[in-house]
Amino acid sequence: MPMIQSSDLTFEYIRRDEEGNVESITKALDGVSMEIKKGDFVAILGHNGSGKSTLAKHINAILLPTEGTLYVDGMDTKEEERLWDIRQTAGMVFQNPDNQIIATVVEEDVGFGPENLGVPTKEIWKRVEESLRAVGMYEYRTHSPNKLSGGQKQRVAIAGIMAMKPQCIVLDEPTAMLDPNGRKEVIRTVRELNSREKVTVLLITHYMEEVIHADKVIVMDDGKIVMQGTPREIFSQVEKLKSFRMDVPQITELAYELKKAGMPLPDGILSVEEFVEAVGRCCDVGGRR
Amino acid sequence: MSIIIDQLNYTYSPGTAYEKQALKDISLVIEDGEFIGLIGHTGSGKSTLIQHLNGLVKATGGSVYYNGADIYDADYNLKELRTKVGLVFQYPEHQLFETTVLKDVQFGPKNLSLTPLEVDLRAYGALKQVGIPDDLIDASPFELSGGQKRRVAIAGVLAMEPEVLILDEPTAGLDPKGRDEILDQIAKIHDERHITVILVSHSMEDVAKYVGRIIVMDHGRAVFDGAPKKVFSHYKELEGIGLAAPQVTYAVNALRERGILVKTDATTVQEAKAAVLAVWKG
Repeated sequence: MPMIQSSDLTFEYIRRDEEGNVESITKALDGVSMEIKKGDFVAILGHNGSGKSTLAKHINAILLPTEGTLYVDGMDTKEEERLWDIRQTAGMVFQNPDNQIIATVVEEDVGFGPENLGVPTKEIWKRVEESLRAVGMYEYRTHSPNKLSGGQKQRVAIAGIMAMKPQCIVLDEPTAMLDPNGRKEVIRTVRELNSREKVTVLLITHYMEEVIHADKVIVMDDGKIVMQGTPREIFSQVEKLKSFRMDVPQITELAYELKKAGMPLPDGILSVEEFVEAVGRCCDVGGRR
Repeated sequence: MSIIIDQLNYTYSPGTAYEKQALKDISLVIEDGEFIGLIGHTGSGKSTLIQHLNGLVKATGGSVYYNGADIYDADYNLKELRTKVGLVFQYPEHQLFETTVLKDVQFGPKNLSLTPLEVDLRAYGALKQVGIPDDLIDASPFELSGGQKRRVAIAGVLAMEPEVLILDEPTAGLDPKGRDEILDQIAKIHDERHITVILVSHSMEDVAKYVGRIIVMDHGRAVFDGAPKKVFSHYKELEGIGLAAPQVTYAVNALRERGILVKTDATTVQEAKAAVLAVWKG
């Protein structure tokens, strides 16, 4: 069974005037069909307003489809009686760390979720400890969250989700408000959760460097999925990505520019190491070292 | 005409348990018309520094001179300083409040004792300069997209016709194209209005592409100051303080280490391309 499966998912934002008459209808999602396997790390790219966040909100039933269906671990999100199971299966982390932290001590914040699930106290403390260790924040368990850096707060927010033992975490631009160090911390944490704890990850981001390790990249535009594939397949299509207001990592762009200028480089170079390797080969062959 | 920062020190909550020195002995000269990138990790003092430049925060030691006048003089007109030094905060769109885009942008100049015509001209001019199309000026600012809102907020500061424009992470949260659009517009404004621009940014790639001078802050001190090529040549030290150089700078240095004798001062894709092609073509 796939972790997440959608077929022809459509969502319309309907605006009404003061009398309740429909003023306008915006199709935020338009026939999205996709499948995310358990244990995968999937990145979703798309410009502001492309429908990424609307899609994310469907995954834990904050929004329900206008048409089509979405299954989370086989549960139809429209079945109201499964709501809590769905939300426990797929946890969400949002952009602003300050909006997600509610307690005055880190460990209490992390315990808030399982407490609401009715988990026995002893088990809660066990989960709090495990989750904080998993995100590398255990030493901060007795600190006040407001004294933490943005990256640390976001890791606490992730621990709070982990403590509910979800199978899947959806992160909606978790690094948008962080500095480069904070971004690295959060991405490293998420990758570890994926590889070590086998949590399925759905990462929505505007930073191209963050998706190069994903199993699969989905690009959205105008409420539709317009590209999907491995990072290498996606980033090989520089012009197409740019037409969707996206970009490629700077090193990919450099390799692409050099290839256009005649250097025989492969498409979709994703890291400095690959780049040096490929350029080295060109220069060695030409005997021009 | 310039901004001179002389031995500036700032301590938060002095004499309390929360005492923290945010700025330490900063001395800088910012000349008219410069395009400066201010970088440093969170908590390095960037935001505290820029808030000194228009007198929002008063130093606990040292001085700031604007066009030769000490802004801490008892009779210095700070209100006027704030019209000359425009500060665009992070997520400035959160400060939009009026019922239409035009009214929002008019709000600043309306408080400058200008004629209504002058207010209109400034507002239209600023909106045009940030690329807001005419058919949106009567829309509610809340109906716009994130990138458009941000541009309206920047127009609100531009309409004050500042001599110095300071932007604190103007591209945060925007998609790649939106980032390029905003920065291209800021560069255009810098060229056309001949104003000084200070850009606070976390993106080394953006800073390298646009600015002429980079100031690096760490623990309240200005630790590097110079042209992008010069500053990013210290990429190893930059890493030590939680920053990095653009990816292409790493690429050319890594090529060199592998024995391919490229020039290693590239900080943009175009420069790196030229450096690699020069070697490859022999």
